[in-house]
Amino acid sequence: MGMTITEKILARHAGLKAVHPGMLINARVDMAMGHDITAPIAIEEFRKAGGRKVFDRDRVVIVPDHFTPNKDIASAQNAKILRDFAGEQGLSQYYDGGRVGVCHVLLPEQGLVVPGDLAIGADSHTCTYGALGAFAAGVGSTDLAAAMLTGELWFKTPETMRIVFQGVLNPWVTGKDLILYVIGRIGVDGATYRAMEFTGETVRELTMADRFTIANMVIEAGAKNGIFIPDEITLDYVRKRATRAFTFYDSDPDAAYASVLEIDVSRIEPQVAFPHLPSNTRGISEVGDVKIDQVFIGSCTNGRIEDLRIAAHVLKDQTAAPHVRLIVIPATPEIYRTAMTEGLFDIFLDANAVISPPTCGPCLGGHMGILADGEKAVATTNRNFVGRMGHPGSEVYLANPAVAAASAVLGRIAGPDALGIRESKRQST
Amino acid sequence: MKLRGRIWKFGDHVNTDLIIPARYINSTDPAFLASHCMEDADPAFIRKIRPGDMIVAGSNFGCGSSREHAPIAIKAAGIACVIAGSFARIFYRNAFNMGLPIFESRELYDRVADGDEIEVDGDRGLITMIGDKQPLHVEAIPPFMQELIKDGGLMQHLVKKNHGKENL
Repeated sequence: MGMTITEKILARHAGLKAVHPGMLINARVDMAMGHDITAPIAIEEFRKAGGRKVFDRDRVVIVPDHFTPNKDIASAQNAKILRDFAGEQGLSQYYDGGRVGVCHVLLPEQGLVVPGDLAIGADSHTCTYGALGAFAAGVGSTDLAAAMLTGELWFKTPETMRIVFQGVLNPWVTGKDLILYVIGRIGVDGATYRAMEFTGETVRELTMADRFTIANMVIEAGAKNGIFIPDEITLDYVRKRATRAFTFYDSDPDAAYASVLEIDVSRIEPQVAFPHLPSNTRGISEVGDVKIDQVFIGSCTNGRIEDLRIAAHVLKDQTAAPHVRLIVIPATPEIYRTAMTEGLFDIFLDANAVISPPTCGPCLGGHMGILADGEKAVATTNRNFVGRMGHPGSEVYLANPAVAAASAVLGRIAGPDALGIRESKRQST
Repeated sequence: MKLRGRIWKFGDHVNTDLIIPARYINSTDPAFLASHCMEDADPAFIRKIRPGDMIVAGSNFGCGSSREHAPIAIKAAGIACVIAGSFARIFYRNAFNMGLPIFESRELYDRVADGDEIEVDGDRGLITMIGDKQPLHVEAIPPFMQELIKDGGLMQHLVKKNHGKENL
C-alpha cells in the first residue's frame, strides 16, 4: 500500500522502507529549535544527563523571541542561559538582539527548514513548517534536550486526515479563515494525534503566507503536524532561501487516510473565533455588536509581510477608533525592514498604531500589550484561551489581518466591507 | 505503581494556560510554578490540595502550548497523577518524558466528584473508588512509555541505553 507524505518523511528519517500509523519509531532530526521559555529547561536537562556537546552545532537553533527584548529580570536571566549556551556550544544559528524574529516565521525565512525535513521545536506552533512539505512537530523541553544530545527523537507515526479545499475564495478570505473554519468544524480535539494534509484545487492558489498560517494552527485542532504537498509556489519560496539541499515528497494515490473532509471554500466568509476556544467560530456577518479595546496584528500566525500589506491596505487614510489601542508587530527584522521600505509604517503611524520590534509579546500575555479585566481584543494570533493575553477576565477574538484592521478603525468587530474597502490583488513574496 | 488520594475534577480542554499561566513561565523553579498551578481554572486549588491528591479531567487535557512548565507545576504541587478522558499529544509526551504518571479514563470522570478518594493500580491498569467494589479498567500504558517511567524519564532512559554517548 502507498504512503502519505508524512509517512514517507518519517520512514526516510527512521531509515525504514515504510512506516504505518501507530508504529513507534526513532527518527533522525534535521533541525531542533528552542526559545527563551522552553530552552532553559532543555539546557538544564541536557546538562543533568551529562551532555557536553550538541549533536550538530548548525542544526540546533536558539531564538529568544517570547519575552524579548527582556521584559523583566527573570526573563533576562533565561535569555542569558540561552546566550551562554549558544556561545559555549558555538551554535551557528543563534539569534539575538536585532536579529530576533518570531521563530516560526524566522526559520523558514532564513531557509533553516526546507522541504522534506524532519524538524522539531520546543514550541507547539513548530507545526508551521509543514507548509514547506516538511514534517514538523512541537515537542517539550525534555524532547528538545534529547534531540540536542542524540540528533534523534521517538515518534508515534500518526494517522493522516485529508482536508480538501475546493472552489474560489471570497474577498478577504485568507488561510486564517480556512483554518479557523476547519477547527470550527472538527473541534479543538478533532485531529488529536493526527497529521492534517491539505490538498485540493484551492491550495494551488494559496500563497506561502496562507499555507504557513494554516499549518501554524493545526495544533489548535490537536494535530501532531500539518502538511502541504510542495509545488511551484513552494519552490519559488525556498529556492532563494534554502541553506541545505531539499527533497519534495508527495502522497501516493493509494495512501490510506483516517478521514477525508471536503470543503467548498466559496461558502466561507472571514471567520472570527469567539472566547475561549479557537473552535468557537462565526462568520463575520454573524458577529453582532462587539465593542473592543485593543487590536493586535502580528505573531507566528499572521505577522508576515503579506499580512501587514493587507492591514495597511485597510488602514490607509484611516485612524484607529479613539478607545482602541492598535498594536502592529512585524514578525522578523526582514519583514520589519520591508514594511518600512514599502511605506507601511507611515500608514500604521498615521492610523495611531504602536509598532513594536519583533516579539511574540502580547500573543501569550507576555508583554507589549497586556489586557486588563473585562477588556476585549481582536488578535491575528492563534489562541483565545482564558487569560491568554492578560487578565483572566479579558477576552480574545481571533481573526485575519483585514478584519483586525477594520475592527480597529470601527472600534467593534467588523470586516473591511463595513468600511466600504475593496480587496486588492493578492501578493506574495 | 499504586497510588491513593483524593481527586479534584476539571472539565474538557484544560489548556496549559490554565495549568500554568504565561505570566509565571519566566521562571523554571518547580516550587514557584507549583504555587500557581491551575490558578486561572480554580484560584483555591493550590490551597485545598495535599500531597498524593490527583487531578481528574475530561477530554483533551493539556491542550495548547508545549510548555513543560505545566506538568512540572502539577508534579511539584504534589499531584500524584492525572486521569483524563484523553490528553493533548504534546502534554502526553511531556508527562512521560519527565515522569508524571497519567491515565486515560472517561468513565472515571463521569463517576467521581471533588474530594472523592480513589486508588490507582498503574501496573494492572485498575482504578477503584474507595467504598466501591468494582474497579474501572484504564487504558494500559504502552510498553515503551512504561520503560520511560521506570527509567525516570527520557533523558535517563537515553543515558541508560548509551544513546548520544559520543556527546557526553
